[in-house]
Formats: sequence, C-alpha cells, structure tokens
Amino acid sequence: MLLSIQDLRVAFRMGKVDGVATRADAVKGVSFDIAENRTVALVGESGSGKSVTAMSILNLLPDNAERSGRVLWQGKDLLRTPMAELQKLRGREIACVFQDPMTSLNPVFTVGDQLIEPLVKHMRLGGKAALERAEALLVEVGMPEPKRRLAAYPHELSGGQQQRVMIAMALACEPKLLIADEPTTALDVTIQRQILELIAEIQRKHRMSVLFISHDLGVVGEIADEVLVMRHGLIREQGPVAEIFAAPKDAYTQALLACRPSLQGNPARLMVIDDHIAGKDTHAPAVAKNPNAPVVLEVRSLAKSFWLKQGLFGKREFKAVQGVNFNLRKGHTLGVVGESGSGKTTMGLTLLRLHEPTHGEVIFDGKDLLKLNASERQLMRRRIQIVFQNPYASLNPRFTIGQTLVEPMSIHKIGASADEREQRARTLLGKVGLDGSAFGKYPHEFSGGQRQRIAIARALTLDPEVLVLDEAVSALDVSVQAQVLNLLRDLQDELGLAYVFISHDLAVVRFISDEVLVMKDGVVVEQAPVAQILEAPREEYTRRLLAAIPRGYVPAV
Amino acid sequence: MSAVLQPGASVPLRVEHSEGVWHAAWRRFKSDRVGLFCAIVVVAFLLLIVVAALGGVAKNWQREVGVANAPPTFLGPRPAEAIGVIEVPKGPNVDLSAVDPLAPRYKEWDERAAKFKTEETVKAETLPMGADRLGRDVLSKAIKGTQISVFVGVMAALVATGIGTLLGAFAGFFGGKVGDFLEWLYNVFEAIPGILLIFAFAAVFGRGIGTVVLILGLTGWTGLYRQVRAEFIKHRNREYVRSAEAIGASVWSRIFSHILPNVSHVILVRMSLLVVGFIKAEVILSYLGLGVGIDDVSWGTMLAEAQSELILGYWWQLVAATVFMAAFVTAFSLMADALRDALDPKLRGLE
Repeated sequence: MLLSIQDLRVAFRMGKVDGVATRADAVKGVSFDIAENRTVALVGESGSGKSVTAMSILNLLPDNAERSGRVLWQGKDLLRTPMAELQKLRGREIACVFQDPMTSLNPVFTVGDQLIEPLVKHMRLGGKAALERAEALLVEVGMPEPKRRLAAYPHELSGGQQQRVMIAMALACEPKLLIADEPTTALDVTIQRQILELIAEIQRKHRMSVLFISHDLGVVGEIADEVLVMRHGLIREQGPVAEIFAAPKDAYTQALLACRPSLQGNPARLMVIDDHIAGKDTHAPAVAKNPNAPVVLEVRSLAKSFWLKQGLFGKREFKAVQGVNFNLRKGHTLGVVGESGSGKTTMGLTLLRLHEPTHGEVIFDGKDLLKLNASERQLMRRRIQIVFQNPYASLNPRFTIGQTLVEPMSIHKIGASADEREQRARTLLGKVGLDGSAFGKYPHEFSGGQRQRIAIARALTLDPEVLVLDEAVSALDVSVQAQVLNLLRDLQDELGLAYVFISHDLAVVRFISDEVLVMKDGVVVEQAPVAQILEAPREEYTRRLLAAIPRGYVPAV
Repeated sequence: MSAVLQPGASVPLRVEHSEGVWHAAWRRFKSDRVGLFCAIVVVAFLLLIVVAALGGVAKNWQREVGVANAPPTFLGPRPAEAIGVIEVPKGPNVDLSAVDPLAPRYKEWDERAAKFKTEETVKAETLPMGADRLGRDVLSKAIKGTQISVFVGVMAALVATGIGTLLGAFAGFFGGKVGDFLEWLYNVFEAIPGILLIFAFAAVFGRGIGTVVLILGLTGWTGLYRQVRAEFIKHRNREYVRSAEAIGASVWSRIFSHILPNVSHVILVRMSLLVVGFIKAEVILSYLGLGVGIDDVSWGTMLAEAQSELILGYWWQLVAATVFMAAFVTAFSLMADALRDALDPKLRGLE
C-alpha cells in the first residue's frame, strides 16, 4: 500500500472567544488507502474537508491546524515525521497541482527557471542536463513549441498551458503520488477535457498514483478508479467508480449525481441535494414557452473593437465581437457559448453599454439603445440588468445587503418612501430564498451561492425585462449551481424575464436555454434552437464543445 | 411584476444588523494593547490642546515669570554669581549743586516720582522646567507649542489628504486625458525638491500658522495621490463597481459612495503618517525662520531658540520640546500602525 490514511482528524484553532479557545473541525475521522498505480478521487462540495484531507498528507496546512490519526506513507507515519524529512518528500515522492494555475506560478520567473528549480534541488542535475530535462517535460505534457516556452513568462501562456506547466513541474522528479487539487475547476470545459486526458495518460505511462480532488462527480467519473464522497468532514461513501455510478448507496451520492444538468434531457427542475435527502419530489411540470411571445430585444450586427497599441504610433484593431444578430422573446432564454476569449462576455457588456459598441443596433422596445441620450439611457438601465460571474467580487463589501438592494431603487425613485423600499427589498430576498435576517448583514457573511442570489435580487429590484447572466453559475459548486439554475427558472416562469445566458458549459446552457449562439473569436459560428445544436451540430467547433462536457463514468462496451 | 411584489403580511420588520466594518476594526483595535495605550496618550494630548486653546493652561506663556534662564526646579536655583565688589569711595560726596544745572528740578522730580508706586515683582529663581532667556516658563511654552504644532500637523494633513484623495480618485477613475493631466501635475510637484518648493511657497505667502498649513498641504499631497490613484485603478474595474454602473449609479456615486469606503483604510493610515511628517516639517520650517509668526510659539521655534541657549549650557528648553514632540509623534505613529492592522480588512472577496 502506497499511502494509508487511518482515522485522520484535522481541527483549526479559531482563536479565543470570551476566553474560551474554539476549534473548527474540518475533518472528523477519515480513513482510506491509495494503492500503487491507482487514481483515487475525493469528491465533495466546498467545505466538505476534501482539500484539507489532501493537504494534511504533506502538512501544507496553516499553522493553526491540529492533526491527529495516522498517515502512513510506505509504512512511515508522516504526521510524526520531522519537517526536514517531509521537505525531502515534497515534490520528490509526492507532488501537488493546485486549482488556480495563474496564482501557482511565480510571475517574475520564466517557465524554464521554475521547471529547473526542483530538478537541481532534488535530482542534483547540472544546469545543462536540467534544461534538457525541462524541455523533455514540456514535450511530455503536450506543450506546443516547448523550446520557446522555456523562456516565456507565465502571463504569456493561456490558463490551460499554465496548468500544463504546473503538471510538468509536478512530474519533474517522477513522484510516486500526484495530488491534484481541483486542477480543472478554473478552466473552460474544452481545456478541462485536455488536462483530464493529460493526467490520465501520464498516470498510465509513469504507473504512478493520483489523488484527484473535485467537486464535480462528472469529471471524476472519467478519470478515477476509486471514488470517495465526502461531506462535512466525513466519508459518506467509497467504492470502485463503476459501483458509485451504477448503484450509489448513499442518498448524498445519489443527489450529487442527479444535480448536474446533463446533455440528455433534463427535468424542469434540477435535483437539489437537501430535497433529495429529504425525499422530496421536485418534478414540477415545466411551463410551456409561448413561441409567439413579443420580442423584447433585437440585436443587429453588433460589433465591438478594441484598439491595441502597436509600435510607437501605430494602432491595431482587435475585433472582440463582430456581426452578432439575434431576437430575444419575452420569457425566453438565449444561451451564448464559447471558450474564454471568444467575446461572449464583451458582447454581454456591450448590450448594457458597459462597453461602448463600435457598430450595430440594439433595439429594445422599438428604440435603439445605442443612440439614447443620458436621461433615456438611465430609464433603459432599469429594464436590462446584469449578474456577474464572481459572486465574491460583485457585491460592495462595505454595503450591507439592505443598502445594496435599496440603492438601485433610490436611484430610480422606485417606491415612495424608505420603508416601502425596504419592504420591497425584503420581499425580493424572500423570493431568492433568503430570510429577513440577511438584510443587515455584510456580503462576507454569505457563501458563494447565497451571494449570487443576492446579486440576482439586486438585478430584480428594478423590475427588468431582460437579464444578462454572465457566467453567473460557473464559479459555483455543482450542487449550488443546481439551486441557482432552479431559481432562475422559477423567476423566469413567474416574472416572464428574458435571459441572455452566457456560459462555457453547454450542459448548463442546454438546461436553461431556448436558443443558442456559439461564439468563436468574436464571431457567431452557429446559431440554432437548443435541441438542434445538441442533436445535429453543424460546426466542428460546436462538436468539440459538446465532446468536452464531462459525462461521468461510461462503462466500456 | 409589481403585483407579484406586494409585501407579504408575515415579513418580519426586525432588523438584525451585523457588526459593521468599523465596529469590527474597533474590536480588533481594542485587543492591541500597545495601540490602545498610544491612543490614550494621543487623546490626552488632544485634551491638553483643547484646554490650552480655551485658555485653561499656558494662557500667560509670554509673561516673564522667572529670572532669565532660570533652571528647572529639581536642579535648584543657580548659585549667585560672584560680583566683584567695587570699592566705595571714602569721605562725603562732593557737593555739585552749585554747578549742577539740573539741581533746581530734583525736588520737583522727587515729588512726581512719589505719585507712582514701584512694585518689584519677585522673579522665580527656579521653574518646573526652567525658563528661557527672557524668563518665560518653558513648560507653558511647550504646552502652547503643542497646541500650535499639532494643529498645524493635523490641518496640513487634512488639506493634503483632501487634495490627494480628490485628485487621486479622479486620475484613477477616469484615466485617459484627465489622468494624463493629473499625472503631469504630479510630476511637476515631484520634480522640484521638496524643501525648495516649501521655500518658494513660504516666500510667496509670508509667515503665519495659516500659511504653514497651506504650504505643507500643497506640497505634501503627492504620495497619497499616487496611492489613492492606484487603488482606484484597481477598484474601478471590479465587478461591484460595474454592477453599480449597471443599476444606473452616477459617476459621483460610484467614486464616493462605492469605491471610496473600500479604500478609506488606505487613506486613513496614510493621513496619520502625514500628520507625523508635517509636525516634523513644521519644526524644520520654524527652525529655518519660515514657520509660525514671531509672537507664536511652536516646538520648532523652541528648538530654534534652544540652539543658542545650548552653548551657554541651558539645555532645558531643548529637552522640553524634544520630550513633548517625541512622546506625541511616537504615540501617534504606533497608533496609526495599530489602526492599519485593525482596518486591514481580511474580509473575503475584498482582495
């Protein structure tokens, strides 16, 4: 047995409150084994203790963590190993890849420098030999033009390439165990697919073991041999991947499997974990869409260019968005899909004139939004609203939730008095599933999913007719994502909202959209009703996006 | 939609207010003992200043209450200097009245002099912290000097913070042409050596407390401007500011009610550092004779006087001014340090 964890418990000292030392238990007794040449996946929501479990193997935890139990690495207990010996293990026998490649690489050193460091330190290679080895590693992780990339700085690489460099660094000393902590969560689905394939290939080739951590069972199913499902610091279910997917025993595992929107037909509402565990049936009948609903938003050949400086005086036009046309009907949803850099977010911001468009018409209720003067524009702002991707950044940290919700109403003079506005804000909070106690709190007291609900409530304070959702669920765990998607569905049915739903994930778009725009490099490459896109995609690019969606465990035929 | 949003009957009206950012900062600040002690010292100084400004203490600092250069009480009075005794001429005075042209008027003058009462004030031999060369009480001077020096430091810091924050906010938020112009202005101010710029302003404006405040404020805003500008550049593209734009918040509202509270901790800490810097700058200015007016006293003028006294061995005025300044500046700096630690928001999502 390569690694055996026995009854691991981790608690964090949280300082003294009223003179009594408090502890937060993150992991409450976890035991599992990792055999050689196996991929073990640790699955759970944020706060389930999965990362803490993995990080306690090499003691990469903050100082206020207290560990107990046994972590046996080839028979030696790592919890009782002195730091000096542990450092020899780190990188050499056990290597780590983290979630965000942008912050894991040091921006002031070249890729080559960072790759060579562990080679010189652990493998005692000379300068030239180390450089050759570094190039070979980049070749191995499938980096195009590896020789040139050695001299590149991290910011010159895309997110996927950065993650490849991180994997190359982890492989540098041929470790026996690779710990991958959500290595694909920050990446687009297409890049996620490439990285997953890379990890699987390297695992086979080097016959090493992988501890793969993810919140998404769909991703895990494709790569793991064994799956551990964690919740609240405890293992809820563990077993071979086929068993977990074919016959999940634990209610929580079943709920996790059910809450991800799939490409093959979805219920009107997604499964939510608490409902599933409580045994509630959520199959509400879908409200049929009226195909002849009035058109609320009509976009004609919308374009947006940025001017990049070139040389001393030159300017180069960068066409971020060009030639976008669509009609959006009341109560319908337009999905916009594409990889990072495809111009979909720019298109969304241009609709609200948060970016000034270069060309085109946005006809809203018979008026061209792009030709309005300041006061007309202020009126228009009420009717088209936006929800951003990152729920941690989109709320002002110095405003209480109440202030955040009341502000737009006072700007647009909705409601006669402060009391009336407050009443309305409270009603809206109820509508997005939060209770009145949220009113006086600050954003940092809420989880990501709750903050996204607050952001939606703020957009709703103005009675908008169109809501632009810019990757609104991409930063959330699958289980929370399901709740927010359900909320959006309910609000649409109730209030007749029209959505422009921007996402890189076709499965999510499939769940919520009626029509889909597929964008690539600022151009719409395919535009069709959602069923048609999924069943008969015309473009190679669309097919690639479809193929990239994690499908969970598919038994070999 | 308004029909749907009729307030429900069961909506609770109880508002549960969470601990605000400032409350949390105060809670953290309270647990820092050094910071709290320094804050108490600073508050004590401020109370002293208020009392001095109202005339409660050190009102008569200009009165010559002691003998010139009277030593501090704990040293005891200066031993009487050995005065060489002049030999008294023997024999009666020569009668000059016959030839003295003023002789007839002596009687008249004696009569007139008798109408006035001459009162010999008893000058103290020692004072608590000694006296200066005119016999003025050094302790009173130091207290009055505190009032003026701290007033100058705080007011100048407020002026500089106002200018720096406003210009920094505009430069950072608008960028483009406005930003270029303000950067140009900043470069002009930065390009001239600081002391030269102060001299230039001092030459134009003349002497006085108001002038010193203005000079220091007009020359000291540049550092704060750069920092506020950088913060605004960082924040203006944050999603919460974009969201505010999307709900129709005006430019002013975005600058002052959305971004400013989020960078206020930077400004506050920077301002407290400016206060310390300006107090020291006032001392230098007054020392060079460009500071407060001649009928005012500040720590700077005290130090300037001390220079010539020191050669004669009268060190107490130097010590008094230095002790007061060191105590206030040290306490203020440490308090600012603790304040920064307390305000540094480790709230998720802010950074």
